[in-house]
Amino acid sequence: MNNWIQVTDLKEIPKLGSRIVKTAEGDIAIFRTAHDEVFALRDACPHKQGPLSQGIVHGTSVTCPMHNWKIDLASGEALGADEGCTNTYQTKIEEGQVYIQIK
Amino acid sequence: MKESLVLVGNGMAGLRTLEELLKLDADRYDITVFGSEPYPNYNRIMLSPVLASEKTIDDIILNSNEWYAENNITLHSGDAVKEIDRVNRQVISESGKQVQYDRLLLATGSDPFIIPIPGADKDGVLGFRDIADVDTMLDAAKNYKNAVVIGGGLLGLEAANGLMKNGMNVTVVHLLDTLMERQLDKPAADLLQASLRQRGMNFLMQAQTAEILGDERVNAVRFSDGNEIEADLVVMAVGIRPNIELAQKAGIYCDRGIVVNDTMQTYDPKIYSVGECVQHRNVCYGLVAPLFEQARVAANHLALLGIGKYEGSVTSTKLKVTGIDLFSAGEFNEEEGDEVLLMQDPSQNVYKKLVIRDNRIKGAVMFGDTMDGTWYFQLLREGTDISSFRSTILMGQHDLGDAGHGDETRVAALSDDAEICGCNGVCKGDIVNAIQTKGLFTLDDVRAHTKASSSCGSCTGLVESILASTVGEGYSAAPSKQPVCGCTEHSHDEVIQAIHEHELKSMQAARDFLEWKTPDGCATCRPALNYYLLARWPGEYTDDAQSRFINERAHGNIQKDGTYSVVPRMFGGLVTPNELRAIADVCDKFDVPEMKVTGGQRIDMFGIQKEDLPAMWKDLSDAGFVSGHAYGKALRTCKTCAGKNWCRFGTQDSTGLGVKLEDLTWGSWMPHKYKLAVSGCPRNCAEATIKDFGVVCVDSGYELHVGGNGGIKVRVTDFLCKVETEEQVLEYCGAFTQMYREQAHYLERTAPWVERVSLGYIKMHIVDDEANRKELYERFKYGQKFSQIDPWKERAEGQEANEFTPLQIAG
Repeated sequence: MNNWIQVTDLKEIPKLGSRIVKTAEGDIAIFRTAHDEVFALRDACPHKQGPLSQGIVHGTSVTCPMHNWKIDLASGEALGADEGCTNTYQTKIEEGQVYIQIK
Repeated sequence: MKESLVLVGNGMAGLRTLEELLKLDADRYDITVFGSEPYPNYNRIMLSPVLASEKTIDDIILNSNEWYAENNITLHSGDAVKEIDRVNRQVISESGKQVQYDRLLLATGSDPFIIPIPGADKDGVLGFRDIADVDTMLDAAKNYKNAVVIGGGLLGLEAANGLMKNGMNVTVVHLLDTLMERQLDKPAADLLQASLRQRGMNFLMQAQTAEILGDERVNAVRFSDGNEIEADLVVMAVGIRPNIELAQKAGIYCDRGIVVNDTMQTYDPKIYSVGECVQHRNVCYGLVAPLFEQARVAANHLALLGIGKYEGSVTSTKLKVTGIDLFSAGEFNEEEGDEVLLMQDPSQNVYKKLVIRDNRIKGAVMFGDTMDGTWYFQLLREGTDISSFRSTILMGQHDLGDAGHGDETRVAALSDDAEICGCNGVCKGDIVNAIQTKGLFTLDDVRAHTKASSSCGSCTGLVESILASTVGEGYSAAPSKQPVCGCTEHSHDEVIQAIHEHELKSMQAARDFLEWKTPDGCATCRPALNYYLLARWPGEYTDDAQSRFINERAHGNIQKDGTYSVVPRMFGGLVTPNELRAIADVCDKFDVPEMKVTGGQRIDMFGIQKEDLPAMWKDLSDAGFVSGHAYGKALRTCKTCAGKNWCRFGTQDSTGLGVKLEDLTWGSWMPHKYKLAVSGCPRNCAEATIKDFGVVCVDSGYELHVGGNGGIKVRVTDFLCKVETEEQVLEYCGAFTQMYREQAHYLERTAPWVERVSLGYIKMHIVDDEANRKELYERFKYGQKFSQIDPWKERAEGQEANEFTPLQIAG
């Protein structure tokens, strides 16, 4: 089943920044790294549901703006001494367009 | 193929180095560890509580056998290395194992010094160093009665206390007339001796041991004056000797210890050494905290990062005898010209002494009440000028444990369910448990694992005290030079200086020049760098939105539900009916669920969806409002009272002056939030003496006050000076603000900054130096040209639209 959904032009996501996609299953945060990799996570920190999309992106992780948990963008897992995980979504970039896979 | 790293010595210093190395680079080496003891790494400094039956061996294991396995480290315990073959780069163990190395780390520790007197080799004579010694002592306590401990130092007294707890009759023999002479002065030593005697410990002072008597086993000790006492067990605790035999045999240069340079390298560049076996800048350390600093440096070089440097340590000591509080640090015996601050309360057995030189603490000795030991030690390490609080310093850090923890400041006496960190709801028991089960030694470790003291930081002193009391001297105090974050070795001051001196004008240039370890920094250093660049290069550096914390990127305060709050600026707290109507209209239009009058004399609108912000700002902007920066590390408000236009007590136009001050300063980015106030008379209704910069009007002019804080730690301002005109108030305010902007560390409020650099320093550069004051003021006004552009208006007109608009997808 082909469930890739085109969401935006890569240019529309700032480097080391993010955008939110509103979906039926809640907000999804799409992140862009310094090297133009794109990751998508459920926009809720495993700690207290803080909006990860509003955090600071560095390397391939994002720091939650609420209580500074650091979340790995690829796995959705909390880094460092914290424990927890948020949902991840597959992403791909084709001809400058960003796609995510939603079930 | 991976390179091979061999560690000789399975103790705390060596393992700490491996842990630090694994954090930096887990895959560089195949690691092999040899240890002479048949145990995994344990916390040697906790042997005293084990001997005193307050802890078990299991309690003090730091790295379990599983830990070695999980990290693919080969452990040969109970198998000492007997030879290093430097030509073929291999080590050979007692059992005949041969292991090649590319890098070798020697952490062979030290041996107790056994006095070479007749009989020292008899059964029942031992040092106090490892688990086997503890077992021997515990065994002896079951079968024998009399114990003699030779050496009245830290270790000797802990051993004596442990043996006493196990029912033995203990005599401590000491060569000098004061106990612990390396840590205590005479009055403190006398108090200690009295309280140990009260517990039943016997002392023989100024006694030199001549011979140990007995057949197979010791039965008495004879002294040089001919006296003898009965003894079934003799513990020698007269000092330690770096264990350098193996290194010496291999031809590595040794003096008292294995000689290393500032990168912990021996004279053989393939071989590193850390711990009690090394001699660094002519010093051998016998305490744990310095070893951890060495471990961090050695790991950095083993990971080939090559930027760490060990520059020696200042150490502090606590005696681990339950119920006896004792603390010592630095040069506790005064030299000529030093000043001594002393507090004695003989009936309470309290003694505190600080040695002061040039207004800085050089040493401290405390007995009975050691609550503030960690604070004094911090002031000592950081070389803080104490002149402004010298008169109360012996009373302790009375602001320790202010907001959020009531008056419960006696850490040791707190119950496990006492809340320490009010921000994150962390109790004492959680912290103690994490320290013990996860083997934590530093404040950063505790923050990472428990979150305690990781938010507002007001409980930092409490957490440090818990650390100190839980792990004893192993507590690794934060180094006095703190790097900005894990991405760099450089301190805030070094970063600020480099940006200035080397004209670094972009984030990338700064990170490259300062050899940042991460490609794009982290959530801690990026906002700091962005601020430093912005403050130093106004008009040249372009603000990097992605390095701003979300509040400053979205120009509103993010709330717990992800909505934002909006606070328009009301200069000096003044407002008109039309402005109030405009605000009311905005609230109706955007269904604002709640409004509140803030403490800074303006109006907060809560519950705004991020998408609605630009439209709301447009309406506010049309009504003449600009951003209140209530969300930023920036100029917040200027609080005022009614002043002489209305108030019968008013001496000057405080409201008008407040408006002028806010006009001058609004929009300015700061290291932290920054608040002003103007009170129209000394009744001080605008609370100017708890603001960053406060003005108190008097009949003859204006008193200027700086460095106040009404938040976590209430701090009353320091009086800067008195001036006569409003123009002078503006000039001094601009100059002080600019000095703070240029020199304070990011996220450092004026209160700690003023305490750090001292009021005298600020007066010298602002009050006494007119030319400098005027230059600071001019620089401030120049920077304001670029920052007094309303961010709300810009965004209402479409700037940064992506920040506020969610992506839409079809369906």
